[in-house]
Amino acid sequence: MDLTHTEEDEEFRAGLRAWLAAVLPGLPPRPDPLDWPARRAYDCGWQRRLYDAGYGHVHWDASPARRLVFLEETERAGAPYVGANFVGLLHAGPTIAAEGTPEQRERWLEPVLRGDEVWCQGFSEPGAGSDLASLRTRAVRDGDAYVVTGQKIWTSHAEVADWCELLVRTGTEGPRHRGITWLALPMDAPGVTVRPLRTLAGSAEFAELFLDEVRVPVANRVGEEDDGWRVTMVTLSFERGTAFVGEVVACRRLLGELARTARANGTWDDPALRRRLGRLSAEFLALWRLTQRNVSEAGAGGVPGTGGSVFKLHYSHARQELYDAAAEVLGPDALDLGREWTLDRLSSLSYTIAAGTSQIQRNIVAERILGLPKGR
Amino acid sequence: MDFRPSEDQRDLARGMRELLAGRFGREALRAAADGPARLDRALWKELGEAGLFALRLPEAAGGVGLGLPEAVLLFEEAGRALLPGPLVATHLAAGRVPGAAEGTAVVTEVSPEGLLPWADDADVVLGPAAGAVPVRSVDPLTPLHRVPGGPAGLRWEAVLLTAAEQVGSAAWCTDAAVAYAGQREQFGQVIGGFQAVKHLCAGMLVRTELARAAVHGAAVTAEPVEIAGAKLLADEAAVANARDCLQVHGGMGFTWEADVHLHLKRAWVRAALLLPGARAAERVADAL
Ligand SMILES: Cc1cc2nc3c(=O)[nH]c(=O)nc-3n(C[C@H](O)[C@H](O)[C@H](O)COP(=O)(O)OP(=O)(O)OC[C@H]3O[C@@H](n4cnc5c(N)ncnc54)[C@H](O)[C@@H]3O)c2cc1C
Repeated sequence: MDLTHTEEDEEFRAGLRAWLAAVLPGLPPRPDPLDWPARRAYDCGWQRRLYDAGYGHVHWDASPARRLVFLEETERAGAPYVGANFVGLLHAGPTIAAEGTPEQRERWLEPVLRGDEVWCQGFSEPGAGSDLASLRTRAVRDGDAYVVTGQKIWTSHAEVADWCELLVRTGTEGPRHRGITWLALPMDAPGVTVRPLRTLAGSAEFAELFLDEVRVPVANRVGEEDDGWRVTMVTLSFERGTAFVGEVVACRRLLGELARTARANGTWDDPALRRRLGRLSAEFLALWRLTQRNVSEAGAGGVPGTGGSVFKLHYSHARQELYDAAAEVLGPDALDLGREWTLDRLSSLSYTIAAGTSQIQRNIVAERILGLPKGR
Repeated sequence: MDFRPSEDQRDLARGMRELLAGRFGREALRAAADGPARLDRALWKELGEAGLFALRLPEAAGGVGLGLPEAVLLFEEAGRALLPGPLVATHLAAGRVPGAAEGTAVVTEVSPEGLLPWADDADVVLGPAAGAVPVRSVDPLTPLHRVPGGPAGLRWEAVLLTAAEQVGSAAWCTDAAVAYAGQREQFGQVIGGFQAVKHLCAGMLVRTELARAAVHGAAVTAEPVEIAGAKLLADEAAVANARDCLQVHGGMGFTWEADVHLHLKRAWVRAALLLPGARAAERVADAL
């Protein structure tokens, strides 16, 4: 039970802190959330700075403990988040690094690290959400290409992406988990249509992706044909453990801001509100400790996946509760979209759905950790 | 950074679990619950010999020389076994009250909430016990007195170790619910196959793990605010898990014969004894 970091990690922290203090004041102002090209430019610009300063690789080859330090410090300093680079840095990139050929790694990894190319994730379909393995987008081999036809949905950042990590069905025989293949789809290929979907927060964070006989070179296949499910699981397990480090730090900072606002506007005099904030503060500190434990387990080569489900289940609910408490502090101002936290409150509604709904996470915890029988 | 318990720490906890399984297993627990509430002095002495009370005394003073992280692991085991007695007060009295460290003296203490457990069995009562009035305790394994005014100060280590016991109890409830769900059949299948039951069990694990992380963190930092938060979450985990465990057991859960009510009642006592929910939440809020 040791919470101290190694001397090297503390040196890394000090160096990063100094660098952040020097570079953050010179950053351009944050773009309008409705202006996607500007957001892309901003997020990629930040990644490029990280790359030039030697921090571009940190998500990939640093130890879990060092990643924790990186995420902790960048969040604390108020640095930009991965944003549009999320899939490239945290999903597609690590998959290619783990499962790709040397040529594929050569072609795709460097542009992600330099902030030159943006990826999106085309997994979910209208008929395949929680039950991802039922996906139906078809790929038929034709010479040195796959011809892909189907529809994807909820594809975040699709509008500005260069590449899409795409799951397609290649086989029809055998169990459903077989017969899925992982392809890198160039978003500018003929036959790709992106139709933005407006979220309840008003902006278009994700899109529908229509694929009409799109030719994707066989060379863009990562892993073997029909083995895409396993390839994907590598991706999905990659970021568990450290996935929410920045968010937990951000929530703890937000709690401090909420308390300051509440003291200033008089709502702090209400003991029920005070206790609500106290409780949330206890929860987010505990979530931080849980993160440190998951990271320790990942660092020791254990399987962080199940600890990740336990974490996500509580975190996603606690974060929604946090914005509800914020609304109580704001009172009528919570109805004003121009106020801080109102949009965040809306965005937080997706946390119990995206990346595996809470119900699915509970199934995972019950079946894989507690060993209860599998349901249908 | 390695926040997991070390090999030595896990061995220590395993040793305590084995000792308790042998000396205070289910039969002993039931006998204790059904008889008059008396402390088993021989067991108390064995706990002393195993180092439960002298754990954090320096070796030079005849102690084991370990710290709070080890202590929370042992108290978690005590909570899991539902071991009765003023364990925390005696542990904290080691080195101050003769015989406490060795387990030859039973020491109890008036809680800041004005509650005094095990007054009649204790050799030494610490704190302002004048005017203590016996209560018909809800927990058959914790005799209680009410005291007009508790001491002003709060001992943070007592809060933390009590929270650790709550985590052990919460973990026991999860295990018991999962075991029952995997064996009881209705509608031609084990009830653990029903999602409504599964999701209750998953929620129990999440509460336990969150509270455990909080207690371990607080044991490392020993910060009062972190301890207060850990107590809040551990109380909630112990109480809510006992209730969910009861629910999973159906009618059986409502019987005297099932152990779950003993966990629920003790969880209520531990929650009320020191820094009950609202106070803990206020303490954490103060630091915001
Ligand atoms: C903001 C956001 C961003 C996203 N980004 C992407 C992306 O970039 N790429 C991508 O591929 N996908 C993305 N998704 C999709 C996301 O992964 C799915 O929404 C999610 O997996 C749920 O699928 P669904 O929406 O089809 O809901 P459904 O699976 O239809 O679920 C509907 C309800 O039924 C419940 N349910 C379903 N099955 C079970 C079961 N077995 N047991 C109990 N309850 C069940 C669910 O919990 C839910 O409450 C995103 C989603 C959101 C909200």
